[in-house]
Amino acid sequence: MKAEPIYQLEAIQQRYGERLVLDIPSLQIERGELLALVGPSGAGKSTLLRLLNFLESPTQGQLRFAGHALGSRVPLALQRRVTTVFQRPALLSGSVLDNVAYGLRLRRHPEARERAREALTEVGLAHLARAAAHTLSGGEAQRVALARALVIAPEVLLLDEPTANLDPANIAAIERTVAEAHRRGTTIILVTHNIFQARRLAQRVALMLDGRIIELAPTETFFETPRDPRTTAFIKGDMLY
Amino acid sequence: MNYWQEAIDLLVGGNSDVWAIIILSLQVSGLALVVSAIIGVPLGSLIGLHTFPGRQLVIAIVYTGMGFPPVVIGLAVFLLLSRSGPLGFLGWLFTPSAMVLAQVILALPLVIGFTMSAVLAVDPALRTQIRALGASPTQTTLAVLWEARVGVLVALIAGFGGIISEVGAVMLVGGNIQGSTRVLTTAIVLETRKGAFDVAIALALVLLGITFVINLALLQLQGTLLKAK
Repeated sequence: MKAEPIYQLEAIQQRYGERLVLDIPSLQIERGELLALVGPSGAGKSTLLRLLNFLESPTQGQLRFAGHALGSRVPLALQRRVTTVFQRPALLSGSVLDNVAYGLRLRRHPEARERAREALTEVGLAHLARAAAHTLSGGEAQRVALARALVIAPEVLLLDEPTANLDPANIAAIERTVAEAHRRGTTIILVTHNIFQARRLAQRVALMLDGRIIELAPTETFFETPRDPRTTAFIKGDMLY
Repeated sequence: MNYWQEAIDLLVGGNSDVWAIIILSLQVSGLALVVSAIIGVPLGSLIGLHTFPGRQLVIAIVYTGMGFPPVVIGLAVFLLLSRSGPLGFLGWLFTPSAMVLAQVILALPLVIGFTMSAVLAVDPALRTQIRALGASPTQTTLAVLWEARVGVLVALIAGFGGIISEVGAVMLVGGNIQGSTRVLTTAIVLETRKGAFDVAIALALVLLGITFVINLALLQLQGTLLKAK
């Protein structure tokens, strides 16, 4: 028997004023999968992530998370099973360790600092634990943001272009950490502009355009035998932009 | 120049009337600041961080309050507390309680307004990130206030500066009664009118000194907070 999907979206629409920014008739995201969302800017990828992290609620439709049908108020206990790493790492003032421990402190975890230290070691930044957060480079800050997200052991990790504007070494470090989290069973939804990254990491890839999912397929199928001509064009780097 | 010497003698000599005035000033303005902070900081962050119907109107009222003439506030509080006024039953008129009330009304818009600006200056992306990390609404507000702590401190400095040096409102509602409601500013007015320039200068020096020392202490605290960034 197949396990229940972690997310089920039915007839989801999101409008900002008159503008329809997301229109998804149906989408299921399986537990433990790594799904990549690709597509041009303004396709609705980030909006979808915000819905999946319950940072906003849809104008219409039904969002189910782990079997719970959600209304406009999502219980904190459910919210805490999901977290996001954004494109621009927003760090709190204070030390790197304070930042990584923050999510655990919110949950009153008794060993927040010890766990945070371990998480920093995993992203290779243990030596920066006591550094002030604002002194980090972009790549270091993003790795700290990733450690801060992973330390709370989320069931779902949402990544909104986490490696945009980073150098190859930091991209590699982040991809390693993401792959490791996925191997441990975390459901990951990765928004990326980089189709090579999607191909390296994802099990399924979805192309979004104008708020809609144009094609959703297992990674190999998506890249080798796409059904929609727009997917073919996107993979070849033509149009859409 | 004799006045200056006499003024210093009054202070150093421990003139009990002078010291009673100094202590009452600190008590009234200190308590008013504490009350304003307890009400104003949460309210300022609420207005800054949330959208609700009528928010623009509330902000306009707060900004108007920031520049309100103290003597007008004094008049309003006077009418409120006068025997036939709606709060007359409290019997607060011409007591330090009335002065605290007037100063709270004066300091509150400053504390609310500056707190609001401070939390608004915190990066909205950081607020979203805090929520995405699983913060409850209260935890989010506390985290944003902590990020805005230097600005919140400025709010308190502005509030205190506004009320410790204010004369019109406390004069009206306190009545400048010796040994009961006489504070530094009202005493300075009185002593100057009497021609007792030595006492007036002594009190003026104290008022300047208090304002300076308190601002210095807050600046020191601000420096410490900035270092924690």
